[in-house]
Amino acid sequence: MKTVLTGASLFALTMLAAATPALAGKSDDTLNIAFTKELENIDGYFNSAREGVIMQRTVWDSLLYRDPETGEYKGNLATDWKWVDDVTLDFTLRQGVKFHNGADFTADDVVYTVNWVADPSHGVKTQRNVNWMKSAEKLGPYKVRLHLKAPFPAAFEYLSGPVPIYPHKYYAEVGPSGMGQHPVGTGPYKVVSVDPGKHFVLEKFDGYFKDSPKGQPKIGHLDIRTIPDVNTQAAELFSGGLDWIWQVPADQAESLKALDQFTVANESTMRIGYLDMDAAGQTGKDNPMTKLKVRQAINYAIDREALVKVMLKGKSKVVNAACFPSQFGCTDDVTKYPYDPAKAKELLAEAGYPDGFSVDFYAYRDREYAEAIMGYLNAVGINTNFKFLQYSALRELRMSQGVPMSFQTWGSYSINDVSAITSEFFKLGSLDSAHDEQVKEWLDTADSSIDPEKRKEYYKKALQRIADEAYWAPLFSYNSNYVFTRDLEFTPTTDAIPRFFQMSWK
Amino acid sequence: MVFTLKRLGLALLVALAVSMLSFTLLHLSGDPASAIAGEGATDVDIAAIRAYYGFDRPLIVQYADWLFKALRGDFGESYYFQLPVAQLIGDRLSITMTLGVCGISFALLTAVPLGVAAAVRPNSLIDRVALFISVMGQAMPSFWFGLVLVVIFSIKFQLLPPSGTKSWENFIMPTVVLGYYAMPAIMRLTRAGMLDVLSADYVRTARAKGAGEMRVMFKHALRNAIIPVVSLSAVQMGFMLGGSIVVESIFALHGAGYLAWESIGRNDLPTVQALILIFSLFYIVFTFLSDLLNAWLDPRMRVG
Repeated sequence: MKTVLTGASLFALTMLAAATPALAGKSDDTLNIAFTKELENIDGYFNSAREGVIMQRTVWDSLLYRDPETGEYKGNLATDWKWVDDVTLDFTLRQGVKFHNGADFTADDVVYTVNWVADPSHGVKTQRNVNWMKSAEKLGPYKVRLHLKAPFPAAFEYLSGPVPIYPHKYYAEVGPSGMGQHPVGTGPYKVVSVDPGKHFVLEKFDGYFKDSPKGQPKIGHLDIRTIPDVNTQAAELFSGGLDWIWQVPADQAESLKALDQFTVANESTMRIGYLDMDAAGQTGKDNPMTKLKVRQAINYAIDREALVKVMLKGKSKVVNAACFPSQFGCTDDVTKYPYDPAKAKELLAEAGYPDGFSVDFYAYRDREYAEAIMGYLNAVGINTNFKFLQYSALRELRMSQGVPMSFQTWGSYSINDVSAITSEFFKLGSLDSAHDEQVKEWLDTADSSIDPEKRKEYYKKALQRIADEAYWAPLFSYNSNYVFTRDLEFTPTTDAIPRFFQMSWK
Repeated sequence: MVFTLKRLGLALLVALAVSMLSFTLLHLSGDPASAIAGEGATDVDIAAIRAYYGFDRPLIVQYADWLFKALRGDFGESYYFQLPVAQLIGDRLSITMTLGVCGISFALLTAVPLGVAAAVRPNSLIDRVALFISVMGQAMPSFWFGLVLVVIFSIKFQLLPPSGTKSWENFIMPTVVLGYYAMPAIMRLTRAGMLDVLSADYVRTARAKGAGEMRVMFKHALRNAIIPVVSLSAVQMGFMLGGSIVVESIFALHGAGYLAWESIGRNDLPTVQALILIFSLFYIVFTFLSDLLNAWLDPRMRVG
């Protein structure tokens, strides 16, 4: 439906040019924000949506905070932390922090939250964010010990992100359903009202603790509405109903920029797009994808520079390794496959397909990118039989029977560590199309080592082998367009988490 | 009485069949656990979720469980909202029903007078205008028409809010868009029915006995011509309550139609199941009501 709707946008935007934007936002100290997707439950442990990640940073705090600019970990609810051994972490907690309901933040809250979410029977949806923790133990009113199931060097990355701390008494009483309707946290904004999936009103929390690494909230109110259609969002922007929208498609962003009435900003996100190929032969022992030369040919066949320049635009970049460049352990220093259709044809001939072959090609999002990729594949003789499925349906198919080739994307949950992407897909799990024991062994070593240098070394080995074997065809990184009122001071970050608490009026 | 009871019994059976079919199809269409687990879940996570929600039980057991709870008014809890489905739907349904009632009223209030006027003077200017309006209504996709209205009334003249459900003003444009979509069929049917009836013997008789033109039109002619319109409107009304997804999405109304669309996408089975049941009940109730209304309009039908 989305693609049908965007067809009308050009018309709408041309008409829009004549109008002048109405004043909103700044005059009543309210930032009016649109989400495109419904956020069903604001409780961050019970949604896997980007919008949920944003809300979680706004309303709650985690033990640590990663500075998006320097990448440095700072104490948020914790003031001090250290490894006791490979699987034990000790924290000293900040004193004098209050929850929005007036309760004091203490070790009990950390212990309760961790123990509750780590228990699989409570059905936390984003299991990967919590299933590395075994339990938490209270050592004193402001001292906590965290027990891990196994060595997990990326722990700080998770503790600074998707593990918010909840008030123990309140959460025990109301659970995820109550937390979703009346959220209570320690974060810079408190929630005034929730209309599930539709409308959230937030207010600056005056009692927010002064030394927070997040800084102090500056804008008085946040009014967040879900508006599914991007044209309607643009109309609201013009009529003064909205001050800030994001994830605006490149074409629309360009038209809006040309009107010269709003600030249009672009920033890369951690999401990368890639082709996944059935190297292990899940769909048939001798299918073309099992042949190295075919996979290399596919890598050579696609003009990724052109895709970035013409379709993705903005700050998107060509990606060569199976990870996002800013992630810890990621390296661009691997075998590269520049655009070379002649070489692709040659390799196909060497692999025994001088006339090419036909293959089922799957995708679940960004149909236009998938179609462009098909164009390149067709040009070297690979005939694609295109199948577009829902994400969950495609994943199920990949898990149960496998597919020969698919266009995939992965956002790593904004986790700035290679373990969130490469280890996710190359450790013989059900979405691992390569099934390479050697790669798994190196990733295991890197994932569980506490020594950063050793981690880097083994990640590099794994990434190099993945590139040599051309298990994937890494393509490009994604970007997001932000369009907002000129009264607003805001700089987007590469982790694609807009921090409302750092925005201010000019 | 027997007529009414028979119709009611049939309606209940239809509702049961719909719920059974939709339940089976939904569960066969994909693994809900894998959808709930979201991007990045491992097999173990999915297995845990499958067990947590009871998807590992036989389908017939799951259906029986759902049915008995549903009969007591308990439609379960949405997998995504962690809220009772009844609460979730109740909230959204009021928006959809407001929109549906306004939409069909708008359609009827414009289409029937236009249709009558067009029939009274066939091939006149008013007939041409009516034809033009109905062709436009058929030809314009509602998402486009909706955006045009937004551009004119929200942006150019800043008279109406483009989206949301804050006040009654928010419903004006959606009503027009939704109503306009249903209007052409009703108008053409009214016109055709009236043309038929106006040349009938009993209308000539009515005129001959000296009845006034108004009385001939509305008491004798329209009453007969309107019968198929009533049936059509019932179907249109059902369609509006269940299928106003595009309109709800453009104007960010968040009604039941949009909820259904989103819930299907994310495999939120309890929500989808309850919505399908409610939408099918709408059709059943409106068809039932239109049968009763037609029986009242035309005594010959009461035998049925």
